[in-house]
Amino acid sequence: MATLRYLPLAQVPQWLDGLAKSYTVFAPAREGSAVVYRPRAEGSMPELTARPTESAKHVVFPRAHELFSFTYKADPAVVGKRDLTLTQPQDPTPTVVFGALSCDARGFFAFDPVYDGCGTKGLAKDVYYLKRRQNTALVVLACRTALATCFCNWTGGSPASREGADVLATLVNDGLVMEALTPKGEELVSGLAEAGAEQGAAAEASHTAAEATMAPVPGAPLDPKAIADAVLARFDDATFWQAESAGCLACGACTYLCPTCYCFNITDESNGISGVRLRSWDTCMASLFTLEASGHNPRTAKANRLKNRVGHKFSYYPSLHGGRFSCCGCGRCIKSCPSSVDIRRIVQNALAAANVKE
Amino acid sequence: MGMQKELQAAIKAILPEVDCVIGWGSGPDPLHGAPLFMRSEDDANRFASGFFAVNNPALFLPEYKGKKVAVVVKGCDARSVGQLLSEGLIKREEVSLIGFPCQGVVDHDKVAAALGEKGEMGEVTAVLEEGDALVLTLRGETVRLNKADVTAEKCMRCQYPNAHIADTFVGEKREPVATADDFADLAVFEAMSLEERQAFWEKEMSRCIRCYACRNACPLCVCRDHCVATSRDPSWLTQADSVKDKLFFQVIHATHLAGRCTGCGECQRACPVGIPVLLLKRSLARSVEKLFAYRAGIDEGTPPLLTFTLEEPTIKERSW
Repeated sequence: MATLRYLPLAQVPQWLDGLAKSYTVFAPAREGSAVVYRPRAEGSMPELTARPTESAKHVVFPRAHELFSFTYKADPAVVGKRDLTLTQPQDPTPTVVFGALSCDARGFFAFDPVYDGCGTKGLAKDVYYLKRRQNTALVVLACRTALATCFCNWTGGSPASREGADVLATLVNDGLVMEALTPKGEELVSGLAEAGAEQGAAAEASHTAAEATMAPVPGAPLDPKAIADAVLARFDDATFWQAESAGCLACGACTYLCPTCYCFNITDESNGISGVRLRSWDTCMASLFTLEASGHNPRTAKANRLKNRVGHKFSYYPSLHGGRFSCCGCGRCIKSCPSSVDIRRIVQNALAAANVKE
Repeated sequence: MGMQKELQAAIKAILPEVDCVIGWGSGPDPLHGAPLFMRSEDDANRFASGFFAVNNPALFLPEYKGKKVAVVVKGCDARSVGQLLSEGLIKREEVSLIGFPCQGVVDHDKVAAALGEKGEMGEVTAVLEEGDALVLTLRGETVRLNKADVTAEKCMRCQYPNAHIADTFVGEKREPVATADDFADLAVFEAMSLEERQAFWEKEMSRCIRCYACRNACPLCVCRDHCVATSRDPSWLTQADSVKDKLFFQVIHATHLAGRCTGCGECQRACPVGIPVLLLKRSLARSVEKLFAYRAGIDEGTPPLLTFTLEEPTIKERSW
């Protein structure tokens, strides 16, 4: 284990101000009733009590990412001919997310294979994503309790999981015990004082206590293959999806708060002779997501759309990417759903339906 | 819970006549209810009315066009049904309403604020209602909250707690909380200068994630998949993560709802990042009430902004 370091809470703003000299620092900030990841204001104390409403994915995968800008210029010599100038935006600056949750860090694992050429399959790599991903360090704040909507343990996570984190920060008494997990993380915390043995033990105890507040996985040990099969088995069961989606509003809150939803749209937003090409978040809960150029839409009903969201996370994605769910169990889709649609219940109902059929 | 049992009996009585009964059940934690679609007695046994029955079930009615459904309605929900009826968006003979004297519903943001450092809503493992108090259990301790302190704003000014249209009314009608709407919530906002208001909205809208939960939670937003906000042809809004586009949509939404919004507040409740979007609609509702003496969802007849009168009696067009 790397050396544990200790940062008194009172020194957090000062430490982050220091980091801000070399990095763009995002941290959770309270705004109204929400907690959102914002570029941190100098001297400010991040929100460490309430868990962020949104995931930190927009730091790496912006809501609207400018791929390039364009300008047309009329050629005075040839009528109707226009010259086009394309301008690449600047490369992203090194960035730190302070106070990401362990589920946020693990959420990027769902993005990585998709945007990194699907691993060994050697498909195109998405440089826009990869540059930001490589440029971003995650300081994960270990959760001290589980919420009723938390189910990271279904997906192999835990409240203080180290997976995907560069630094694991654990709140003990009046400070943070910082454990660097990667060279990137080591660079961030190397200037901090070493933690005492007692502080290290307190961090460990906090992890164990948090783990104890997690609701056990129903029917453990969970069988991802059985889940994937059970969800797929419901593919043609319209009654099932109509019942599960009855209360769904078909809004995009679930997908936009989700750390693993990675779908996007590309549009040219022009203003006269100049404009930008944007890659912006899209959601499978929207009608336009599947509207084809012919005018045909294979998913006109919200039942079809919800089927896709659940099917993608628990069946189609795992079948393409080594059995891993594209869900990290953060529970934000449940917690912030205006209708309390519970993706865990849908998966369990699919499993129950599969068991009945056998 | 007498009311709960009585409502369940009314639901069971109507089940054989309808495709389903829309009401409320329990949600993912003890502080949250969820819409419930009942088709059997078992379903009806899971019905839960009361302080956590927050969702407006009128939202779902247009989806059941051509089928007969019953819906359990709070007073504010009945207003939405009334407005849907007066706009011809649902048919009276296809909807059966079960009303009851609503005692108000929870505002989750207020609960979260009241809990503060004591913990998050998702840590609450049990909730007991003891008279005017809510007793929450979290982190092994109990926290007492005054219900009045965590009740939705709309309930604090409620003039119509008893569904004003109901085919079955369960229980005794209760006195309204208020006899008129003083729009006090707007006074605070209007005390600001125009520049301050602009800054207020820019700050609030900057955290909008463009999920359109506000739109989809609105029982009167009936364009659904054909909304101006997402139309690409023509394209009115850009996909940019810009306050301008986000605010533009809110203004469109509020304008489309002028004289139609019944103030159920579902837009604001649905917003995952807590943007006070109801304010804009409240401002327009006040204007419509003042200009046309029209209360959306309550007064019968064609809503004033969906029709045209050469000489509006309340608008001075010539005799300045």
